[in-house]
Amino acid sequence: MSVTQTTTPIQLADGAVAIGGRPVLRHIDLEVPAGEFLALMGANGSGKSTLVRALIGLRPLTDGRLSLFGTPIERFHAWARIGFVPQRGGATSGVPASVWEVVASGRLTHRRLFRPLSRTDRAAIDEALEVVGLASRANDGVGTLSGGQQQRVLIARALAAEPDLFFLDEPTAGVDLANQISLATSLARLKERGATIVLVAHELGPLASLVDRAVVMRDGRIAYDGAPLADHAVHEPAFGDAHTHHHHASHHLHDHVPVVRSPLEGGR
Amino acid sequence: MTFWELFEYPFMQRALMAAAFTGVAAPAVGTYLVQRRLSLMGDGIGHVAVTGVALGLLTGTSPTWTAVLVAVVGAVVIEAIRSRGHTNGDVALALLFYGGLAGGVLLSGLGGESSARLQEYLFGSITTISVADVVVTMALATVVLVVGIGLSPQLFAVAQDQEFARVTGLRVGFYNVLVAVLAAVSVSVAMRTVGLLLVSALMVVPVATSQQLTRSFRTTLLTAMVLGAAASIGGLVLSAYLSFHATVAPGPTIVLLSLAGFAVTWPVGAWLRRRARLRAPFPAVPPADHEPTEHRHQHGPDCGHVAVRHGDHVDYVHDGHRHAEHGAHYDEH
Repeated sequence: MSVTQTTTPIQLADGAVAIGGRPVLRHIDLEVPAGEFLALMGANGSGKSTLVRALIGLRPLTDGRLSLFGTPIERFHAWARIGFVPQRGGATSGVPASVWEVVASGRLTHRRLFRPLSRTDRAAIDEALEVVGLASRANDGVGTLSGGQQQRVLIARALAAEPDLFFLDEPTAGVDLANQISLATSLARLKERGATIVLVAHELGPLASLVDRAVVMRDGRIAYDGAPLADHAVHEPAFGDAHTHHHHASHHLHDHVPVVRSPLEGGR
Repeated sequence: MTFWELFEYPFMQRALMAAAFTGVAAPAVGTYLVQRRLSLMGDGIGHVAVTGVALGLLTGTSPTWTAVLVAVVGAVVIEAIRSRGHTNGDVALALLFYGGLAGGVLLSGLGGESSARLQEYLFGSITTISVADVVVTMALATVVLVVGIGLSPQLFAVAQDQEFARVTGLRVGFYNVLVAVLAAVSVSVAMRTVGLLLVSALMVVPVATSQQLTRSFRTTLLTAMVLGAAASIGGLVLSAYLSFHATVAPGPTIVLLSLAGFAVTWPVGAWLRRRARLRAPFPAVPPADHEPTEHRHQHGPDCGHVAVRHGDHVDYVHDGHRHAEHGAHYDEH
């Protein structure tokens, strides 16, 4: 993994995002130096996931300037340096896919069209599976794994590209403690290699010891930026509604399956 | 004329060639459609292509090419409605379904074509296929195969997780349209074999069958292609054989044979999944306390009880209990 970056991985100045005309993020200034482990925290709806999606170009900025590794996002093409781990749910589809295949799709940034996998590609895929502890499940169908294991498959998929900058969106949501600990071990290995990590989390749990810096979002703005906080401090009234329970953020994916909503079934 | 003499006729040889190419190409695209949970997209495009065929009949040009053209336009429109609009994919499909079919029937009526002529395209007429049509079928099927297999890593990634694909720098919009265009082309290719109304079956049913038995995308794709070819050729030969006794159309025979394959495979798949679930190892958590159990017979490889790995030893599932050997007796785990 190359750790040759001399430029700052993330520089966002006065960033703003609007979804459907409604301002969601305002006045975001964020600079993440190389090798830092940043925890992006905050209540549901505070805009932390939206911020991550804006940082990787999935949500266009309505205002502000964003540079990744010193290149403005509009001209940024070095996607191999970016690793993205979405919230769980993207692991399965309508056709069975093996763990190895899903992880191999993370290697696409290094592959050219109509070319088979090189030996380097295969080595990177095997190593990524090794890091998340799923090497023995490589040929199993992704759909047969547990939720925590599927989350680790998505992490391995991002790892396979050997990126310098990692974004993880709520990797610990709905994952039991044992799996959170193995996730922490994987991320610690990444951190040792000098990767820059941006982690969206509701609660840090076993990951707390890895965090160098915490940013707390509140109502679309940065409410706190500084030394790591304990889990309960994030939920202080100054940062939003007091929270004593845990939610899973919902997915807003378009699907051709009609969503049936009825008073008895509740939301999706 | 005997059954075997039938294969000496050029029309039968042309039909066999067309069936083989269509049977391989249709599931290759169908796999990506099923992966995106858009199994009915082929049907939607098929309905749109009816307008294309009618347009060809009306203007006196080759219905195959007008079908390709209109189907491609229709597929791109479906994709645009699906990705841009806030309409669900199935609503987009439904809109085009009705428009395409109604337009086709209206146009062919205007042109004064008999319904029999349109029916050739609706339900297939592989035995009347011309040499030129066979060449077009083979060429288009080859294009579909080269793109569908050559770009499979990219197409797989885009269909699996669009957002991740975008972050890896893939042009997601381009690949979405590419799949739609490939689907449109294979619909037009399969039109002569099974007909526009049954096209989707050849794209989807082999995939549904193969995924009963497979765990990986690659084997699903390849098995579906083999099954598709087997159903097409098998259905054609079967209908030829049966046509000595009754009027049997090749198109429906191909589809029904394909469905029969699914009907046979499904119980096997269900059994395999059940077995895999039964034999999945128990979590390697040591039991809370030592609890010996009364047990008469000796568990072993042939005792008929399911043996499941549990950490460093094996538990035998017996009447809802988990028995683990411990010295001379069994423990409850």
